Amino acid sequence: MTTAPAIEVAALEKSYGSTRAVDGISLVVSAGEIFGLLGPNGAGKTTTVEILEGYRRADGGTVRVLGLDPIEGGARLRPQIGVMLQDGGLYPGLRPLEVLRSFAAFYDDPHDPIALLELVGLTEARATIVRRLSGGQQQRLALALALIGRPSLVFLDEPTAGMDPHARVSTWQLVRDLRDAGTTVMLTTHAMDEAEQLCDHVAIVDHGRIVASGTPAELTSRAGVDELLFSAVAGLACNELAAALGVGPGVVTELRPGEYRVAAEATPGLVADLAVWMRDRDVRLGDLRAGQRTLEEVFLRVTGAGTT
Amino acid sequence: MNRTMRKVLAQARVELVLSMRRGESLLVSFLVPIGILVFFAKVDTVNTTLKHPVDFLVPGVLALAVMSTAMVSLGIATGFERRYGVLKRLGSTPLSRGGLLAAKTVVVLVIELVQTAVIVGTGLALGWDPSHGLGLAVVWLLVGTIAFAGIGLFLAGTLRAEANLALANGLFLVLLFLGGMAYPLGRLPDVLESLARVLPAAALSESVRDALRGNGVPWGSVGVLIGWAVAAPVAATRFFRWEE
Repeated sequence: MTTAPAIEVAALEKSYGSTRAVDGISLVVSAGEIFGLLGPNGAGKTTTVEILEGYRRADGGTVRVLGLDPIEGGARLRPQIGVMLQDGGLYPGLRPLEVLRSFAAFYDDPHDPIALLELVGLTEARATIVRRLSGGQQQRLALALALIGRPSLVFLDEPTAGMDPHARVSTWQLVRDLRDAGTTVMLTTHAMDEAEQLCDHVAIVDHGRIVASGTPAELTSRAGVDELLFSAVAGLACNELAAALGVGPGVVTELRPGEYRVAAEATPGLVADLAVWMRDRDVRLGDLRAGQRTLEEVFLRVTGAGTT
Repeated sequence: MNRTMRKVLAQARVELVLSMRRGESLLVSFLVPIGILVFFAKVDTVNTTLKHPVDFLVPGVLALAVMSTAMVSLGIATGFERRYGVLKRLGSTPLSRGGLLAAKTVVVLVIELVQTAVIVGTGLALGWDPSHGLGLAVVWLLVGTIAFAGIGLFLAGTLRAEANLALANGLFLVLLFLGGMAYPLGRLPDVLESLARVLPAAALSESVRDALRGNGVPWGSVGVLIGWAVAAPVAATRFFRWEE
């Protein structure tokens, strides 16, 4: 018997007024994997996830979550999923242990709230009123709350936003442990290092469509390698540099302030010419890389977020 | 105990704990009604010409208590739950929306029961004679609870949390003045009295008062009360938004 996918979405559409928030998204999330939905703000990630969670009704397309329609089958779906909202969702006047205990009563076989607090590192803060917790602590409590009912599918919306680096790393490990225990994880994130570290598959969403998808390794290696990336002070004269390198205008672009891309084969001669040009202008090089892109570069390129 | 009951009671328990922690809500629910009852029973400020002011006051203060809990406390708490995303978060748990509403109903009824006990106890200590129509009074108080909860939830589900807070408190004050609760409606100028008669506060206090005095059913007031008890929940259901 093959395992059915945890999530299947086909030709999903959702509009708010005249704005197409989701414009034909299709994706499949296998059971037991960590799937990342990436995209700039307003790309349609949260709308997509909220349709999967049963919060919003799709205008078109089909959605199956654990084999169920999230709205029609909501009563059967909700005991099996855990949701971490992007922000909020916690009673500010309760203590972490009370929050977990109150939600535990909604499920047949909940986790032990005390063990769960330990797992997310909130044992010390268990009696602190929620509104007095730091942003990162509230995030960890929201994460614990998503896990209280032993869900087989967890939705995490920007799970490490506001966490300090240490908490991020331990949260990543927690999410990997969840996956290793058989839980499917669907997360949205802005943080490309998070996606690269954590996700088995990612889909990059922009303007309501999926513009790239695959494993992080596929996305970073698939992209053409005829390019040279470097960082330096912002505002270099790109066309002047292009002329010095003997390439056409527009081949050198500033992806983001201080991040440059030369869309040409990174030959030793090209690198030498670049170095000469920089020496003549006393421009210091921050970083130089040819070939393999990071996921962040792929992201900026496919979403057009860095080009102006 | 079946599963649904367990979930509803767990939620009701949490909401009761939170109510206890909100000092200002206890103030509105207990100190204001009792203060009015004792003050106006002892000091006949408006010359009611009533032989027993407490017989007039107890029904009015019971109506006031219902208004404070079902409209003000419920509405303000729900508005902030909406603001903090709690309502949204609960929406993806196995506690259904019906379950949440049931839990809130339990909380409102529990608080009203305690309020009623305190008010009746204070009234008896002040010489109130409860010889009539208790059953009918309870029915009107329950209908009033539905009307005021509908108003409170309508505001909570349509306004921003701060605006809801201000409006619910303001409405409480206006309806207290126009509610025939601390003094008879006849003391109001004619225009205000006519307005007061179509508002739910006076309709509730008059209905409860006639019941407790053995005066039967004041159909005008009861009609207004039932009208609000239908219209307000319908409006709340129609316009309530779960996210701010």
